[in-house]
Amino acid sequence: MDRNNLLHEKFSDVLIEIPFAGDFFESQGLDVPQGSVAEFVNSLSEAKMEDLGIDPDEFLDNFVSFVEAVGSLTEKTSRIDSLKIIGGINKSGEQENFELEIKAGEVICIVGPTGSGKSRLLADIEWMAMGDTPTKRHIKINGSDPDKSWRFSPEHKPVAQLSQNMNFVMDLSAKEFVMIHAESRFIRDSQEKVDLIIQKANELAGEQFTADTPVTSLSGGQSRALMIADTAFLSKSPIVLIDEIENAGIDRKKALELLVGEEKIVLMSTHDPILALMGDKRLVIKNGGVHDIITTSDKERGNLVGLQELDQKLQDLRNRIRS
Amino acid sequence: MRFVTVSGPPSSGKTSVILKTIESLKQRGMKSGVVKFDCLYTDDDKLYEKHGIPVKKGLSGALCPDHYFVSNVSESFEWGVKKGVDILVSESAGLCNRCSPHIKEILAVCVIDNLSGINTPKKIGPMLKSADIVIITKGDIVSQAEREVFASRVAAVNPTASILHVNGITGQGAYELSTLFADDKTETETLDGKSLRFSMPSALCSYCLGEKRIGAKYQMGNVRKMDVDNG
Ligand SMILES: Nc1nc2c(ncn2[C@@H]2O[C@H](COP(=O)(O)OP(=O)(O)OP(=O)(O)O)[C@@H](O)[C@H]2O)c(=O)[nH]1
Ligand SMILES: Nc1ncnc2c1ncn2[C@@H]1O[C@H](COP(=O)(O)OP(=O)(O)OP(=O)(O)O)[C@@H](O)[C@H]1O
Ligand SMILES: [Mg+2]
Ligand SMILES: [Mg+2]
Ligand SMILES: [Zn+2]
Ligand SMILES: [Zn+2]
Repeated sequence: MDRNNLLHEKFSDVLIEIPFAGDFFESQGLDVPQGSVAEFVNSLSEAKMEDLGIDPDEFLDNFVSFVEAVGSLTEKTSRIDSLKIIGGINKSGEQENFELEIKAGEVICIVGPTGSGKSRLLADIEWMAMGDTPTKRHIKINGSDPDKSWRFSPEHKPVAQLSQNMNFVMDLSAKEFVMIHAESRFIRDSQEKVDLIIQKANELAGEQFTADTPVTSLSGGQSRALMIADTAFLSKSPIVLIDEIENAGIDRKKALELLVGEEKIVLMSTHDPILALMGDKRLVIKNGGVHDIITTSDKERGNLVGLQELDQKLQDLRNRIRS
Repeated sequence: MRFVTVSGPPSSGKTSVILKTIESLKQRGMKSGVVKFDCLYTDDDKLYEKHGIPVKKGLSGALCPDHYFVSNVSESFEWGVKKGVDILVSESAGLCNRCSPHIKEILAVCVIDNLSGINTPKKIGPMLKSADIVIITKGDIVSQAEREVFASRVAAVNPTASILHVNGITGQGAYELSTLFADDKTETETLDGKSLRFSMPSALCSYCLGEKRIGAKYQMGNVRKMDVDNG
């Protein structure tokens, strides 16, 4: 549909072709137009237009931009097969001299002392750095420069971030929450996805919660489990950045499997040796620069088994003193 | 000189974001100044001063701070020119959610925070809807999903804006915002003759003029009545 059709066709017909177009009106607290959008705007009283805080022409432009923006969002996100990081400089201004290509399905861990620059590296990727961050690193997607428009439209970014904080302030149940998150991504018929996410989250969390539990009363571990399942199944973002998930009281191994299972590129900053060894490679950061890139060896993977057994023992002990 | 208007509800994080962004601009070799507009009281000027940033403060008292803003912005601009800054930033808090300081051809920024509730984007008028850049703060306090929901509500009411998450405390995202400030190369000679992006409310009722008594017979001028008879 071109601009002319969008504005002058009967809105009910527009809706048949573009079901989400109604969200534009709902999100501004307006009724859905009866006739065409242009007629609707003409029929608004001057006082109503004032209350909306927008000029009629601007309103029409915004409607068209909204439809275009969301349209490109609901089209399948183009495939991302590889992400390349090209080194820049460390905190002392010395060259990093490295290039790392990461393929879909790979997990890269980022390790290093606190303050060394792990979160900065994640931020470079999230920003799709083009030599314009303090580290001067470059990020390439499928071998080329990333689309610059991604930077300023969070909903188009191919990157999802799991940050350390998992609090909720919205007054909603777990089910309602995942539902409005799905709606914000213009996923229709989301009921099935919502059920799946809550089920998977419960498999990760120690203590079970129901779809009707208010998100504000979820424990730290439960919130994190919900967000991991949400990221794995709702977000189409092919790149997932995780900043330290260790202190979360969830099944870390399962969590990682969920995320990677969806053929995503995962970068994870961590202080936890088990998580660090679960990655295919690890980047060692020192003084703001990538100091070393280590491929996880078979010997290390062997050690991982031992570590996991040790971890399980601790987990069992933790459960015993609780019961 | 370049000029940027920064607006947003009270305590949304305007000062924090401006401070961090000015720090980044300084690293790029640009000198910034701030004019701060508020209603009754503000300590923001002291904060800016502490960071060595030239600052001018204006308190509107009984007037709407945004109306006061328009009446004084031209003079503030001249002040910035005299101080020799490369970028002048104005900080003002829209108190009524209806006024907006944004000026045509001048970079317009609106700062809102994730904690203000998902219906807030709906409630804020031209200050948000006509902004070129919308900064969302306090993302550190909520989950990724909540941030996304909030940002999508912002995008729905202002689909053309660049939306950016900035953490006012750690400054994450401020470097990126400073890129936008630095990339906007619009040099402005004077604000005289420029025009607001959206008119201020046409309110001029007896209460604006100091009336205190309640009742229809004391109400004059631009009075609008709510409908209490239906429903
Ligand atoms: N957690 C968190 N707090 C923030 C963030 N940004 C600002 N704050 C805090 O929010 C409070 C208000 O921030 P200000 O920058 O003073 O807000 P403002 O919009 O300038 O406020 P007024 O000028 O009074 O309207 C301060 O205590 C800040 O430290 C953020 O990203 N995260
Ligand atoms: N190459 C660099 N050049 C300049 N500054 C840098 C560089 N790398 C990191 N920094 C800065 O160093 C500070 C600390 O980095 P960061 O927060 O990423 O550390 P971290 O490894 O995540 O620490 P923690 O383990 O405590 O979370 C940040 O302000 C970051 O911007
Ligand atoms: Mg960190
Ligand atoms: Mg302030
Ligand atoms: Zn006002
Ligand atoms: Zn009045």
